[in-house]
Amino acid sequence: MSAATLGFRHRFNYLLAPKVVFGIAVIALLIAAAIFAPWIAPHDPARQDLMRAMTAPQWGGPHLLGTDHVGRDLLSRIIYGSRISLAIGVAVVLVSGAVGIFLGVISGYFGGRTDSLIQKMLEVFWAFPPLLLAIAIVAFLGQGLGIIIIALASQRWIPYCRLARAEAMALRDREFVVAARSLGASPARILTRHILPNIVPSMVVVGTFAMATAIISEASLSFLGLGVPPTIPTWGSMLADSRAYISTSWWMALFPGLAIFITVLAINLVGDALRSHFDPKLKNI
Amino acid sequence: MASYLVRRLIGVIPVLFMVSLMVFALTQLAPGDPVSMLVSDEASPEDRQKIVEAWGLDRPAPVQYLSFLKNAVLGDFGSSFRYREPVMDLVLARLPASIELAVYATLLAVIIGIPLGVLSAARPNSLLDNAGSLVGFFGVSMPNFWFGILLILVFAGVFNVLPSGGREPWGMDLPSITGFLTIDALIQGRFDVLWTALRHLALPAIVLGTSMTGIIMQLTRATVAEALREDYVMTARAKGLSERLVLWRHAFRNALVAVVTIIGLEFGALISGAIIVETVFSWPGIGMLLIQSITFRDYPLIVGLVLIYTTLFVLVNVAIDILYTIIDPRIRMK
Repeated sequence: MSAATLGFRHRFNYLLAPKVVFGIAVIALLIAAAIFAPWIAPHDPARQDLMRAMTAPQWGGPHLLGTDHVGRDLLSRIIYGSRISLAIGVAVVLVSGAVGIFLGVISGYFGGRTDSLIQKMLEVFWAFPPLLLAIAIVAFLGQGLGIIIIALASQRWIPYCRLARAEAMALRDREFVVAARSLGASPARILTRHILPNIVPSMVVVGTFAMATAIISEASLSFLGLGVPPTIPTWGSMLADSRAYISTSWWMALFPGLAIFITVLAINLVGDALRSHFDPKLKNI
Repeated sequence: MASYLVRRLIGVIPVLFMVSLMVFALTQLAPGDPVSMLVSDEASPEDRQKIVEAWGLDRPAPVQYLSFLKNAVLGDFGSSFRYREPVMDLVLARLPASIELAVYATLLAVIIGIPLGVLSAARPNSLLDNAGSLVGFFGVSMPNFWFGILLILVFAGVFNVLPSGGREPWGMDLPSITGFLTIDALIQGRFDVLWTALRHLALPAIVLGTSMTGIIMQLTRATVAEALREDYVMTARAKGLSERLVLWRHAFRNALVAVVTIIGLEFGALISGAIIVETVFSWPGIGMLLIQSITFRDYPLIVGLVLIYTTLFVLVNVAIDILYTIIDPRIRMK
C-alpha cells in the first residue's frame, strides 16, 4: 500500500468504519425510496381494502409487512412515509441552519449591542420547554407543511447560533481576518469569505444531529395528531393508528417505529463519524 | 448570595414577559376571527358574548394584551370552554398525576443510572461498560412513544402482566389527600391501591425515565472516570483503602455535583417527554390535558398550559443555577 493511500485511509478512518458505511447505505436507500416511492411501493399507500384489513406479514405474500386496520399495505405506507420524514428533516435543518448561522455569526462578529440583543432573543426562545413551542405554534397556526417546518425549526436554530457565535468570536481576532479588515474588506465580505467557510465543518455536525432530532420530533407531532394532515402517510401517524389495534396487530406497531429508529440511528452514526473526523473537541454539543 | 438570588429572579421577569407576548402574538396570528377561535362551534350566543367581554375582544390588541397579562400574572387564564371551569383549577387538579409520574421516572433513572455509571467507570471497556454505551446510543435514536408502544405490546399484550394505560382502575375509591395516589394509599394503609397504582406507573415511568437513565449513566461514568485519575484517589489507594471505598466514597462523591445538576437540566426533556408519554399511556396529567385541549381547540386552556409549563421550566432553571452556586461558589463570580 502506498504512502498516499495510507494517508488517505488514516485521514478518513472514521468515515470508513463499518457502522458509518451502514449509516450512509441506510440514508442512501431512504433517499432512493423517498424519490422513487411510486415505482418501488408494491401498492397504492392510500388504497383501502377492508377484506384484507389487518393481514399479518407474510414472506412472499402480497403484503410483506402486513396491512393496517383498513387494509392498506404497510410496506407501501412506510415507503411513502419516508418522503415526509426526510423532506421535513431536510427543510428543518436548512431553515434552522440558515437562521441560526446568520444570527450567530453576526452576534459573534459584531459583538456589543447587536450581540446582546440577539442573545436576549435566544434566551426567550430557549425559555420554552423543548417541543412545547412547536406544539403551541401548530396548535394556533394549523398543521400545514410550512407551519410544521417553522414549528420544528423554532428552537432548533439555537445550537447553530450558539456555536456559530463562539466560533465567529474566536475568528474575529485571527490574523487573516484582521488582515482582510485592514485591507478594507467590508463586514459582509469578511463574514462570507473568511468567517463562514471556517465554521462549515462544525455547522455540518450540528446539522446532522439536528436532522436526527427533527425526524423524531416530526414523528412525535404526527403521533400526537399534530403533524401533517392525516391523509398523508407518516411514520408517526401510523404508530398513532396502531395503538387501538395493539393486542391484535403487532406489525402495525413494530414496522413504522423500526423505520424511524433505523433512520435516526443511521443519521446519528454518520453524525458521530463526522464529528470525530472534523473535530474531536466538538464532543459536547 | 442574596443579591445574586435577587438578580437572577429579576432576570426572569423580562424573559417571561417576552414569552407571554409571543404566546399572545400566536393567538393573534391564528387564522379565523378571534371570537370563533375562542368559542367552540356549539357555543351559544350568550357564551360568545361572555367570551368577547371576558377577553375584551372588542378592544385594540395592545389593550387586550395588557389585560391578558394582568390576569395571567394573577394566575387567571380564563375558563376552558370544554370543561367550563377555570384553567387554573383544571391544571391544578391534574398536576399531581404528572408530578407523580415524573418523580418515579426520575427515581428510576437515578437508581439505575448512577450505579451503572460508577461501575462502568471502574471497569472501562468491560462488558457492562460497552453494553451501557451501546444501549445509550440506541436509546438516543429511539422515539419514546414507540418504546412505550413496544412495552405495551410485550407487557400488556403478549404477557398480560401490566395494565396498558390509565392511572387507577374504577371502583377503588380512595379519598384524595395529597393527590399523589401512591402517597395517599400509603397514608391510608391501602396496600391494594398502592399495588395497582404502582402497576399502572411501571410502564410510563420506565419510558419517561429511560433517556434520563442513559444521560445520568454517561455523565456519572465520565465524571467518576475523571475523578479516578485524581491525586486524592491515588492517596486513598496508597492508604490501603479497599477499591470499593475508593470508588464510592472518594470518586463518586465528587461526581455527585455534576449528577445533581444534570437531573435539573433534564427537567425540560422530562416535560416534553411527559406530554408524549402521558398520551401513549392515557395518563391523566397536564400533558394529556394539553394534547386534548388542542384536539378540542380549547384555546384558553392551551394558552394557560403553555404559559404555566414555560414559567415552571424557567423557574426550575433558575433554581438549578442557584443550587449550583451553593454547591460551587466560584460560579457566582462570573
